[in-house]
Amino acid sequence: MSSQAVPAPNRPALASRIGVRDQVLFALVLAAAVAALSLGFVAVAPNRLISGQPISLWSAADGKFAAGIVIVVGLLLAVSLSPPHRAMYCIAATLASMWLLLTFAALGNAVHTLAAGRPAVARISAGTSFWVIAGCAALAVMDALQRLRAGPMLITATLAALCGGTVLLALSGSFDQLSIAREYATRHALFASALIRHITLVTGSVGPALLIGFPLGLVAARRPRLQGPLFATLNLLQTVPSIALFGLLIVPLSALAAAVPRLASIGVGGIGPAPAIIALVLYALLPIVRNTTTGISGVDPAVIDAARGMGLTPRQIFCHIEFPLALPMLFVGLRIVTVQTIGLAVVAALIGAGGLGTFVFEGLGQYALDLVLLGALPAIGLSLAADFVLHVGSTLLVRARPE
Amino acid sequence: MIELDHVTKRYHGRTVVNDLSLTVASGECCVLLGSSGSGKSTTLRMINRLVGTDAGTIRIGGTDITTLSPEKLRRRIGYAIQSTGLFPHWTVWDNIATVPRLLKWPETRVTARVGELLDLFRLDPALYRGKYPHQLSGGEQQRVGVARALAADPDLLLMDEPFAAVDPITRDALQTELLRVHRGTGKTIVFVTHDIEEALRLATSIAVMDQGRIVQYAAPLDLLEHPINQFVRDFVGQRGIGLKLLSLRRVGERIRRGESATGQPLPADASLSEALAVMTAQRTDRLPVADAAGHTVGAITLADLVR
Repeated sequence: MSSQAVPAPNRPALASRIGVRDQVLFALVLAAAVAALSLGFVAVAPNRLISGQPISLWSAADGKFAAGIVIVVGLLLAVSLSPPHRAMYCIAATLASMWLLLTFAALGNAVHTLAAGRPAVARISAGTSFWVIAGCAALAVMDALQRLRAGPMLITATLAALCGGTVLLALSGSFDQLSIAREYATRHALFASALIRHITLVTGSVGPALLIGFPLGLVAARRPRLQGPLFATLNLLQTVPSIALFGLLIVPLSALAAAVPRLASIGVGGIGPAPAIIALVLYALLPIVRNTTTGISGVDPAVIDAARGMGLTPRQIFCHIEFPLALPMLFVGLRIVTVQTIGLAVVAALIGAGGLGTFVFEGLGQYALDLVLLGALPAIGLSLAADFVLHVGSTLLVRARPE
Repeated sequence: MIELDHVTKRYHGRTVVNDLSLTVASGECCVLLGSSGSGKSTTLRMINRLVGTDAGTIRIGGTDITTLSPEKLRRRIGYAIQSTGLFPHWTVWDNIATVPRLLKWPETRVTARVGELLDLFRLDPALYRGKYPHQLSGGEQQRVGVARALAADPDLLLMDEPFAAVDPITRDALQTELLRVHRGTGKTIVFVTHDIEEALRLATSIAVMDQGRIVQYAAPLDLLEHPINQFVRDFVGQRGIGLKLLSLRRVGERIRRGESATGQPLPADASLSEALAVMTAQRTDRLPVADAAGHTVGAITLADLVR
């Protein structure tokens, strides 16, 4: 817990000269202040295809919000100067959460104010300083939680509070006039199906990849001689650029669908979800196989010898010894693969697999940044959510045993 | 009783154990002594079928071990190894309870047995039951390892260099503890080591092994006094042989009953080497000897040591 300011060896940094105890928090507050003063909080454009004019936080939102943010951030600045203490971190976590929610509320308010009296085609989007301020607030929350050494319960509770607050703001209509919300409004039916399709692509790839990769990893752990060729093949697959792999699968799958009409009738073809899932499974194999092999062969041979010597059956050794000891490693593999697949599935939209990538490529085609964001932001959100859930899951599973 | 009858094991055309026959009577502590590669570990591991035999038979209590399933056989035999092989994700308690649970003992019996073993190895149950192996010292881990091997009260205990990886002081304590447990329980033990001192200290019989064969099978004293050939003579170490002999004989064997001497009495079951050490330290050639109850029963002189 070294949150004490450490002076630079030669000339003391400004931060330590004025007695900063929490340099991360101090830097975040400073960055947010600079962004708020120099960059636009929102951008107003006459229509969706033109870049907007930046408007500062002070002129865009009601003074109450700007003042609220300034007060909260000012208090955080005071916290960053105070001696480190658990209570201080608790206060910091609470203040940073308020900061984040207030920033969202200010955005909603600014958009509402600016939308009134403008034509319906005008677009108001979140500006650079909004992203910086919100980003700093989010990092401040994480910093405080880390210093608190928060367990999975506290982290989940904080996240639930933040998500709950954001959802309440959204339900109250705060963000309705935001450009990305307008894009969403015209496509909300499509959005829901794209999101579901995206999740289906991911689970439909990670699931089979686990079913194939886990046994492969197990076999490789049992027969080290297989590891060379197996990992060479999987590494090679990993080096093929995703777009190329999607493209490469079009020809054989089209031929297959033409040759076997039964397959074509269940949706196998050169384009669409079939080649996407095949490519995503192939990409997912390496991390799963590698982590399974590492996890299983990482178990101390003496432990296995003792287990055999005491009369555990091979099956009992696997269930009670090898699998539990390899589990943390398996979870790491699953996390990597899930996050990677959520990102790669965006590209799969290029070959007609659907999913959130549809909006990204449509937006790129139209040069409509908000539409790109409508695809990209939920994909990022999904990655973060999956990472978080798997992290908490593995922590809870492994917690019964010390590191 | 364990009988190995013309047992052979080959690995990739190399004969590791070569037509070996050995009989260990019940209650004995038989030490397989040899340098690395002599086949002593392989011999041990054939007894619980961790290694299969290529020829010959092994019988425990008259039963050919191949007539039992390997798992069933192993659950009847205690097994302790150098690196302990404690399950790192299980507590001390669960580790010791492994075999009783495999044997589906009722939980009350498991509880009683694990508590008993923790007491036997002087590990305070309140302090140790919930600890994980990495929270223990090397010596404690090894004690838990041996306790785990004894958990299901097997008649036979196989130990593969169990104390080789701990420091000399801890090793000495563990050896004392094993001697105590061996005397108290009457288990048959087959113990593998390359350390002649350890062998002399623990064994009731020693099998010196070389190149997959037993060179000499004898009681410790016999081995020192009548080494069968140069190999054994070299192995037991010629220079220190006198001191080793002293360490095997007890003061009680040389006592002059009824005589007396001045000074702190030696216990009758102390070794002659201890007697020599005390005489040297106290610059005397005569010491009183006391029995287990502490009553002086006689004396011993320096000349008695070399009689």
